[in-house]
Amino acid sequence: MSGQLVSENPWQRRLRTPWRGLGLWFLGIPATFVGLWFITVVSMVTSFVGILLFPSATMLLRRRLDRYRGRIGRWTGHRIERPYLPQPDTEPGFQGVMRRFIALICDPATWRDYLWVVADPFVALFTAALPAVLIGYGVWGYLLAGFAGKLIGDHGGNDWYAYVHVHHGYGDDPAQLVLTAATGTLFIAAGFLIGPKMLDVYGRWGQAILGPTEKSRLALRVRHLTETRSDAVDASAAELRRIERDLHDGAQARLVAMGMTLGAIEHLLDRDPEKARLLLAQTRESSAQALHELRDLVRGIHPPVLADRGIVDAVKALALDHPLKTEVTGDLPARPEPPVESAAYFAVSEILTNAAKHSGASRVWVDLRYERGMLRVTVTDDGHGGASLDNGTGLRGIERRIGTFDGVLALNSPVGGPTIVTLELPCALSSPKTSPS
Amino acid sequence: MRVVLAEDLALLREGLVSLLETHGFEIADAVDNGPSLLKALVDHRPDVAVVDVRLPPSFTDEGLQAALEARRRIPGLPVLVLSQYVEQLYARELLADGTGGIGYLLKDRVFDTAQFVDAVRRVAAGGTAMDPEVISRLLASSTRDTPLGRLTPRETEVLELMAQGRSNAAIAEQLVVTERAVTKHTANIFAKLDLPVTDDTNRRVLAVLAYLNR
Repeated sequence: MSGQLVSENPWQRRLRTPWRGLGLWFLGIPATFVGLWFITVVSMVTSFVGILLFPSATMLLRRRLDRYRGRIGRWTGHRIERPYLPQPDTEPGFQGVMRRFIALICDPATWRDYLWVVADPFVALFTAALPAVLIGYGVWGYLLAGFAGKLIGDHGGNDWYAYVHVHHGYGDDPAQLVLTAATGTLFIAAGFLIGPKMLDVYGRWGQAILGPTEKSRLALRVRHLTETRSDAVDASAAELRRIERDLHDGAQARLVAMGMTLGAIEHLLDRDPEKARLLLAQTRESSAQALHELRDLVRGIHPPVLADRGIVDAVKALALDHPLKTEVTGDLPARPEPPVESAAYFAVSEILTNAAKHSGASRVWVDLRYERGMLRVTVTDDGHGGASLDNGTGLRGIERRIGTFDGVLALNSPVGGPTIVTLELPCALSSPKTSPS
Repeated sequence: MRVVLAEDLALLREGLVSLLETHGFEIADAVDNGPSLLKALVDHRPDVAVVDVRLPPSFTDEGLQAALEARRRIPGLPVLVLSQYVEQLYARELLADGTGGIGYLLKDRVFDTAQFVDAVRRVAAGGTAMDPEVISRLLASSTRDTPLGRLTPRETEVLELMAQGRSNAAIAEQLVVTERAVTKHTANIFAKLDLPVTDDTNRRVLAVLAYLNR
């Protein structure tokens, strides 16, 4: 049913799900109050107060329902993404308020949220909470058989437990008592047995109402693509500027200088051959320097080992030049597409530089794998940890750049270490692996 | 001395041929792609091969792969690899079998004819010729190693030149000291790094490279 609950065996799951279902049902209590507040605000929409309050009420509702999304995802394995359409940028003044109000009120997800709040208590009662209710009813059977049935009968009460009539004389009829206990046992057993199935059904219901529709999924995708495309354009423009500057200040300037020196040598050749010889040596030095700079530039654009051998060997070459002891393991059945390979390479390169600069680590491990259509790179260091995406370590920049390829970056860096950075890039493996001979 | 040459740029190939011929080498074959390089090496069994790393048809490290394969078939076949860039990874692969007769130089080193010809002769004689850039990067990434930190600056200089494959005489000339002084430095280095002492230059160089490549 899910990848989340692999640590549980089926029996553990059966034991736990009734109480989880009950927990989900109880979430309905605060949600109902929020729903009441929401509909109150909606009823005030004709006055300006309603318009002012509407965004905050909607947000309150959304936060409330995020709890359902989280729990359903954790317990049923039905992962539910937030379905909300992107909101307009906040603007000051009346126009901004109106724009935000209209955006929210036009988002179908807002109304589906309300539908959830109204309908869920009933749906949950007959799905997620049903096992717990059955178990409760079973326990009530035991209580009746134990003493409650006798009490009711003796006081002239009249009740039914399923098909067992509880009335005067019930407490003295062993057959009835055994029948009641047996029925209670059946209810309890049924409660535990149907638990996982019911929770699964509830998960589907959650996915249907709380999850994104096809339309909002597309809208979210468009926004993501727009963002990553503009990131990609910015990044490539910056890269071109850097290359232009490097060429201008480096190789180009050296070639100009060499040309001038050669001119001087031409003049000196007859008058002062000794000086000319000196200048020639200098020119040769300059040409070597220019070549050196061009080499560094090429390495920064497309590293030779990456071009020759692919990402695993390229990262190995990177590790050899790294100041920290770096171990690289990895085996890919074939090479990823060149752009993905290059993005992953530069991401790893930057993460390694970060590790050397900030982590205080003495060793680093890099692992490269290809699993389920993803290139997965894990970089682990034994440093002091405590890294975050936003404290200027450049991880945010890496995240943005691999975002162009729908790649994701996960950081796990508890204070005290170790730090684990994981990159995942969806890609196809194109060219088959060439054997090293 | 018979040479097999592999270089895909015609201009550079002609240049290398005439350079080597004027210095008394005999060109057994000059090829421009990986597969024919391997064939030429196996057929001619030259005294030394001068090989460009990047060759057609794939324009990846085809030359290096052909050279490694040829050395697997003919152990100890002297190969001098030339490249636009040097990579520690490739240097390691070339040195991996520990038999010597290996050179790995930047193409720019060809500018200095005397040095280049010397390197070719050294490799042909079973020695090594490692580019200064490989060695300096090797040393830079080995600074975490404490025994290296115990070397004096002069000893580090000697180590660097030794790792490039130079003889004591050449090192003495470069550093403008006597050969005796170099011998003394060398003994100190070997003692500090805890390496077995040997008089054979080639074996000494390989020991140093193996140490740095750990």
